[in-house]
Amino acid sequence: MARRRWPLIPSSEITPESVYLNRRQFMKGLALGAGALALAGCATPPEPTSTPTPAAATPVAQATAAPGLLPPPDAAPVASAQADELGDALTSHEAATTYNNFYEFGMGKDDPARNAKDFVTSPWTVQVGGLVGKPGTFGVEDLIRQFPPEERIYRLRCVEAWSMVIPWLGFPLAKLLQAVEPASDAKYVRFETLLDPQRMPGQRSGWYDWPYVEGLRLDEAMNDLAILSVGLYGKMLYPQNGAPIRLVAPWKYGFKSIKSIVKIDLVAEPPASLWMKAAPNEYGFYANVNPDVPHPRWSQATERRIGEGGRRETLPFNGYAEQVAGLYAGMDLQANY
Amino acid sequence: MRKISPLQLLVHVAALIPLAWLIFDAATGGLSVNPIQDIEQRTGKYALVLLVLSLSCTPVNILTGWAPVLRWRRPLGLYAFGYAALHFLAFLGLDYAFNLRFIWADVANKRFIFVGLAALLILIPLALTSTRGWQKRLGKMWRALHRWVYLAGGLVVVHYVWAVKSDIREPLLWGAAIGAGLLIRTPPVRRWILAQRARRLTAKQRGAEASRSA
Repeated sequence: MARRRWPLIPSSEITPESVYLNRRQFMKGLALGAGALALAGCATPPEPTSTPTPAAATPVAQATAAPGLLPPPDAAPVASAQADELGDALTSHEAATTYNNFYEFGMGKDDPARNAKDFVTSPWTVQVGGLVGKPGTFGVEDLIRQFPPEERIYRLRCVEAWSMVIPWLGFPLAKLLQAVEPASDAKYVRFETLLDPQRMPGQRSGWYDWPYVEGLRLDEAMNDLAILSVGLYGKMLYPQNGAPIRLVAPWKYGFKSIKSIVKIDLVAEPPASLWMKAAPNEYGFYANVNPDVPHPRWSQATERRIGEGGRRETLPFNGYAEQVAGLYAGMDLQANY
Repeated sequence: MRKISPLQLLVHVAALIPLAWLIFDAATGGLSVNPIQDIEQRTGKYALVLLVLSLSCTPVNILTGWAPVLRWRRPLGLYAFGYAALHFLAFLGLDYAFNLRFIWADVANKRFIFVGLAALLILIPLALTSTRGWQKRLGKMWRALHRWVYLAGGLVVVHYVWAVKSDIREPLLWGAAIGAGLLIRTPPVRRWILAQRARRLTAKQRGAEASRSA
């Protein structure tokens, strides 16, 4: 296996020209989205951004971009680059949207794509409260207007020892948290998925204590890597990927990145997640990607990148040590797994 | 050459269909985006199912008295071993590309891999001594040796239970099937079942005689 490049090479040094051209097209696409957004005549004025004004928006593009402010899930997939900052290629759009763990829609990898096909995610609101100065209920489309999505190409490492590279669209979780003004005694963030066994058939199974709950420490949540994602590959999320809004914390195992969020609370104590309750000896609160802490079933020392044969070594913090290792300075990561 | 009966042929065809199906799926893109895992899981499942079927032959014979089923034991057991060997080779070669450092780093703390490997190690001598020649050579020893297949079956079930995340119903069902078969062939239960069958048979014969004399 090839050794990983370390330290990181800036992406400008490894991005081929064709990708730059692609990126320009992509920016144009985003600009069209922004144009549609302006035309939608929103109540909340969008915050000033550096998004360029659209030169000439074609009517077709506007029509597809208008309803959800991002192109619909079945629009053509686009990404600004073909690889992450380590030079690893993006996972195919097909794999990223058909090979999913989302037990609310079944336990098989292909169940979510099949069973969530008709899952309606609009309208959708996220209730943000708990120990905050300005609690509120936010429509997802308002969030997208207020915090224009940016693309983040992240590695996704599942605790089951497979991994992907995904171009997410989202905004830093910190922006939303700052907007609701966390109180001084808020130390953790608790996230909750929709509980609706009628629409999420997997929740009728008694194996787990629904709804899905996940948590982050407040300083983890404020880290710039943590985003609330509303899309991938340049368009809205499919339900199987956690539509309409989900967490992405790429230095943690995938199950931390809770999907289809309806509730975010700031709390004083670490929340117990669904997985911690199901198997406390297997899943801890932190669940940082760590090749040195084994799991009884799956390797954590190596992983399979979907689309590749064989295995590659798992990187500490999934390759994001530079950005997040400081959060855990002085902590025993063997004990706090 | 010994003539192969249609019933024998059926076993061979049935046992090879899953392999053909797997190869067809692999060749036509019918596997998921994680094809290596698919191959591992499918070969493992086929091995377990064939092992359970092989272990069911004797109990079925005890329950029904149908003798031809006993001739399925050996081919079913050998096919189970064949799929188990494919399962293990897929793990070593496809999954880990024979990278011993990776394999060691991963298996050292995985109890489910240990019990799976133990089951395979038990099956190896059983497969090697499955021929008539070895059966004669080993005499009484042969039966004692081949009883170990139940331990292998139990270990495979444990391997499966430890490998799944939460829903352990399916591996437990296979375990229950092995347990039920084992129960049926324990001497007291077996004697009781045979006695019941004999009694029913004589009752039927008496009924037939009665109707003849009437």
